Amino acid sequence: MIDWTFQDGVYELALGAPPCNEIGTRMLDALERFLAQVDPAAHTLIIHSTQRGGFCAGADLRELYQGLCDTPAEQHGARVGEFIDRIHRVMDALDMLPLTTIGVVHGVCFGGGFELALTCDVLIAEKSARFCFPELRLGIVPGFGGIPRLRRDVGNALIRDLLLSGRSVGAKKALAVGLVSQMVIAGEGLTAARSLAAQSGKFDDHARRAAKAFIKYLPSEELARERALFVELAQRPALLAALKRFVESTDLRPYLA
Amino acid sequence: MADTVQTLIKMAAKRYNADPAKLRPEDDMFERLGIDSFQAVELISDLESEFDIELPDYELQGVKTFAALAQKIDKRR
Repeated sequence: MIDWTFQDGVYELALGAPPCNEIGTRMLDALERFLAQVDPAAHTLIIHSTQRGGFCAGADLRELYQGLCDTPAEQHGARVGEFIDRIHRVMDALDMLPLTTIGVVHGVCFGGGFELALTCDVLIAEKSARFCFPELRLGIVPGFGGIPRLRRDVGNALIRDLLLSGRSVGAKKALAVGLVSQMVIAGEGLTAARSLAAQSGKFDDHARRAAKAFIKYLPSEELARERALFVELAQRPALLAALKRFVESTDLRPYLA
Repeated sequence: MADTVQTLIKMAAKRYNADPAKLRPEDDMFERLGIDSFQAVELISDLESEFDIELPDYELQGVKTFAALAQKIDKRR
């Protein structure tokens, strides 16, 4: 599911759940286990994926579909709300870790995976990386804190384009708009992240933490509004119908539907 | 257009280890190259990089052949 190593103050968290690190209850369990044991002596966290397809394809839609099918319709809101609250706790904790956090992104970085990447302080994209919010296709909005976090980092024009078109953008565009700060060739992302981690480790611990706390804030009010909107939209029959289409789709590019 | 199709075929053949001489503009490229869903995403990045364009995914709905894709690319150049 996920593995981590800790050496010289650096955690390397490897997402390794096939096919592409879909975020469901098992992934959440694993992330919570990781967060519960973070050593206060650490200075950097690198999050990367070992899966060929990419960083993370987003929420586990099959699990979500099954969960909703197994739950009476009048309880969908409560069930989705519980899951989203749990997700938000994990994402907020990653976002606010007193470490320098580096996301290494290749290939697919969609939906909840994009939202996970956006918790990182620095994103390094390999040229194959593609970022996308496909949620409107499901009749919902991103619900893991993605839009408030993206808004913290980039301009509204790009946010509206991504949210309202559901299109993906590549590493080059992501670099141009400041979504990622470094772009490297295929297979070099982790090396670049380790190099940055080594540099970060040279700095005074207190000053480094203070610098992060100074520049990075949790957009709490917007996150709460996003959560409320997500839960409201997720209770509509449109979500269940869209999930059914997705689960049953044999389309090579279901994200284009 | 003809140039774009040929560049596209050469690029795809190299990327997916196919013989360019056996690929035709009217071929279904996903079928002929055996591209999976993750490779389909990568392909968009490759095309944007090769042709120095931005290619929104929604413009590629229903696009299957090299010729149809070349047409979309030319409109963005």
